[in-house]
Amino acid sequence: MHRTLTALLATAFLALPSVAPAQDANPNVTARKALMGLYAYNLGVLGGMAQGQMPYDADLARSAATSLFHLSRSGSARMWPAGTDATAMPGATRALPAIWENMPDFGARAGALAAATEAMMAAAGTDLAALQGAMAGLGGACGGCHQTYRMAQ
Amino acid sequence: MRRLAAAIVGAGLVGLAGFWVLTRPADLPAATLSLLASHPADAARGEAVFWAAGCASCHAAPGVAASAPVDQRVILAGGRRFASPFGTFTAPNVSMHPTAGIGTWTLAQFARALLLGVSPEGAHYYPAFPYTTYAHATAADVADLWAFWQGLPAIDTPSQPHELGFPFTLRRGLGLWKLLNLTDEFVMAEASDPVIERGRYLVEALGHCGECHTSRDALGGLRRDNWLAGGPNPAGEGRIPAVPPQGWGASDIANYLQSGFTPSFDVVGGEMADVVANIGRIAPEDRAAIAAYLLALRSSPSL
Repeated sequence: MHRTLTALLATAFLALPSVAPAQDANPNVTARKALMGLYAYNLGVLGGMAQGQMPYDADLARSAATSLFHLSRSGSARMWPAGTDATAMPGATRALPAIWENMPDFGARAGALAAATEAMMAAAGTDLAALQGAMAGLGGACGGCHQTYRMAQ
Repeated sequence: MRRLAAAIVGAGLVGLAGFWVLTRPADLPAATLSLLASHPADAARGEAVFWAAGCASCHAAPGVAASAPVDQRVILAGGRRFASPFGTFTAPNVSMHPTAGIGTWTLAQFARALLLGVSPEGAHYYPAFPYTTYAHATAADVADLWAFWQGLPAIDTPSQPHELGFPFTLRRGLGLWKLLNLTDEFVMAEASDPVIERGRYLVEALGHCGECHTSRDALGGLRRDNWLAGGPNPAGEGRIPAVPPQGWGASDIANYLQSGFTPSFDVVGGEMADVVANIGRIAPEDRAAIAAYLLALRSSPSL
């Protein structure tokens, strides 16, 4: 019995490396990247119109801006637990430890993004000029975190 | 024995004299001085030079975000810190304040600093100040820039000292570094059309893109044979990518430099956010010229 248990434990131990999740499969990091992908997807619609790469379509613009509005209010604060920074998880994330050293500022920048998506939601369906006018504020809000809190590639 | 000692002392003195001559801070040539003096300086053109040369990226006060309004971006109080393998450099106050900044400088002193990396007192500046880039700038652009500069606010924030280890505290030795790294030749020797030539000037003479996008040798000199091929981030962790990124076209590059959006609608970050804040303020045709240069660079067989 004792020997069987030891063998089982040893087997379980040896199996660990293969069943332990890879670092880049941390659910918080995965969720953050998925969120960023959805931001980019919807920004692509608005930016494509703003840059003249696709025709202006008020309904489509309003839809993309509404998505951004909700994404910025999707409770993503939970996705940033301590220990999920680029130093703790090299190669898995570019989130700099500075985030956790300046959490109130990080939160304030998330608030600025929420305000910028609200402004875009009000502008996007109006006309192309209004959409273009809101684009810089939205890009600046994204950059507000990327400038300080994201590691170079 | 005594003769040997004398020979050693003598050789030492000759070496010291040679070092002293080789490391002497240079003066501007008379031709440059006369071009500076005769140029009808234009502050509006100087503002375009200011943004293209990215002065605010280093000399704006710490905490002034890339997205800050222009009146904050032109407060050149200094104080941003730049870690390097040689120690930490702190950008000085270069506002028009007469004592805390450079308010009492003459155009010739300003030009000598930019083009040769030499202070009015005749000391070498550290190459954290990208004068190996600005050495390629025209006298007209320097004079216009100074005309714009003189209209900027005077700020009394004192400059903070650099924090460097020996022997990097000895500025005189930078004269040797300059012999290795200061050249007025362009990396792209031949520009095949005026647009590419303009882009070459914006990138190689003003924009100092190479300061981050080109890797460095052990002495901190840019590896011009690896021009804009990317390298370790000189200001922190991670890597700075090669430019232009694979697959980007001319409009992708120009749009990115104007808006900060990549073709896949990621948004610019890090030090590059400051660059976009500056380059976003230059003329659209200049951003197009930068794009044309970068694309020509990558298609050039010699690079």
